[in-house]
Amino acid sequence: MLFTSYAFLGFLLILFVLYYVLPGKAKIVLLLIASYFFYLSSGLWGGIYIGVTTVTVYVFSLFIGRTLDGSKAFLSSPEGKALSKDEKKLKKDQAKRKATLFMAFCIMINIGILAVVKTLGTMRTDILVPLGISFYTLQSLSYLIDVKRGTEKAEKNILKVALFISFFPLTVQGPISRFSELKDTLFVPHKFEWKNVSYGLTRMLFGYFKKLVIADRLSAGVLTIIADTGIYGGGYAFLLLILYTAELYADFTGGIDIAIGAAEVMGIKVPENFNCPYFSTSLKEYWRRWHITMCNWFKNYVFYPVSISKWMGKIKKFTGSHFGAYMGKRIPVYISSFIVWFLTGIWHGIGWNFITWGLLNFAILMISEELEPLYDRFHKRFSFSNTFGYKVFMMIRTFILICFLNLFDCFSNVGQTFSVMGSVFTGGKYAEAFGGGIFEIGLSRADLLIAGIAIIIVFLVSVFKQKAPVRDRMQNLPMWCRCILIGGLFVAVIVFGTYGIGYDASQFIYNRF
Amino acid sequence: MDDLLSILNGLHPEVDYETEDGLIDSGILDSFDIVTLVTEIQDTFDVTLDASDIVPENFNSAGAIYALIEKKQEEDA
Repeated sequence: MLFTSYAFLGFLLILFVLYYVLPGKAKIVLLLIASYFFYLSSGLWGGIYIGVTTVTVYVFSLFIGRTLDGSKAFLSSPEGKALSKDEKKLKKDQAKRKATLFMAFCIMINIGILAVVKTLGTMRTDILVPLGISFYTLQSLSYLIDVKRGTEKAEKNILKVALFISFFPLTVQGPISRFSELKDTLFVPHKFEWKNVSYGLTRMLFGYFKKLVIADRLSAGVLTIIADTGIYGGGYAFLLLILYTAELYADFTGGIDIAIGAAEVMGIKVPENFNCPYFSTSLKEYWRRWHITMCNWFKNYVFYPVSISKWMGKIKKFTGSHFGAYMGKRIPVYISSFIVWFLTGIWHGIGWNFITWGLLNFAILMISEELEPLYDRFHKRFSFSNTFGYKVFMMIRTFILICFLNLFDCFSNVGQTFSVMGSVFTGGKYAEAFGGGIFEIGLSRADLLIAGIAIIIVFLVSVFKQKAPVRDRMQNLPMWCRCILIGGLFVAVIVFGTYGIGYDASQFIYNRF
Repeated sequence: MDDLLSILNGLHPEVDYETEDGLIDSGILDSFDIVTLVTEIQDTFDVTLDASDIVPENFNSAGAIYALIEKKQEEDA
């Protein structure tokens, strides 16, 4: 069931009504049933995978919780208190080791399923990858690891764990949420509040605006250029950079708006996934603003654990004693970052294009880190580098860099990607592409005009929300003004949205990952 | 506390750690510093820090870092 289908809108309407009609805890059961209904509607076989993940994560988190709690209880008992310091440490370490084994076994099962399914899905077109498996696997493992770390209690109610893993707005493409971020609102029955409903619906409407008016409209042009890069080189390749980056942004942020908005209608708070990523002045800043929940996942569960591990400590000491304190400080972060970006690459897809994409990000970020002192001197020396104009220049520079990196999504062949990148500079055809060719890639003048105006609207909304959330600011406007804004957005989606008879509703780009 | 201040001064001598309470939020400590800091704290104070301890609340000031060390020492006792 696509977010952009009539079936989904009908499903939501029934769900929202039932949610507010049903009493107390029945709302939670309803959410679980609705989530599984949504999930199974994309294929019954997918239920087996999410079911296995739910059961294994539930069972092993209980084992871990019992092991750690049992150890704590024993050490607090008179018998435990009578032990020497070393004996207590030994008991603690034994419990930790056992818990680590449980955690590792469960991670192996779930990462194994993810790896096998994604590899087979890449090799054979007749094998479909279950909906959102990359997203719900990371989300469920975050809960398991948090239980092992002791920052989360093992949940005894399997229905809550099942709902946390399958909550329908998040299974398609995130945000990848931690148990601690969802539990306070997901497992609590909410009473009807007009603010939640109106805020949620407005957010969803804006998401549909991005997806249907911008992303799906531009996708025709993107697909045409990708299909024949021999003909569409040079200026067309440049067009591809811009069109695909605009499409990806509208598609992914639009989908997340729909997801967060749908949850918000029912009073459920979901973490944000974006913070105006194209306002970033560097790639480092971009990765703090784009796909925030995925970045936080890799930071919390890969980067820091690897960086501060004992074996990394040994590497740090070795490099520190052989190559100096500076390298001793840098090497562990380089190694950890390399691992993170390699894994981020293959998480997006089993293919050299994604691995190259990940490692290019790593290389650029590390080179930027090394050049940081040079940048600092530059900014101190030249006062213009602190002006607004220079900041805009840095934003545009970062945007262009991201456009190039995004090309790795478009082609599975790395050589072809680099060839298209080179074509931007050497392929010519700019006069042809911008002198009329742009209207012959499946996009009419009207398409480009509509998408262009819609992009400007999205840009202005991003500018407005720098001071305060746009929906909060809208509350200060007179009612008639709010009606015009929301009504206008609704009409724009209905009139200019790409849907209806003859339209092949496309899945969200990030659902492929 | 002196040992901790010595480690912190080794990372950023220009910072006044007596008053600074935004080491993470203000971007003074980056990932390189955090990893170095955690490793040196583990070596100096003989405590084990977990990745779950690396949150801004625990690293925003010298006082917060010291409180974390004390908590870990108590847990290990």
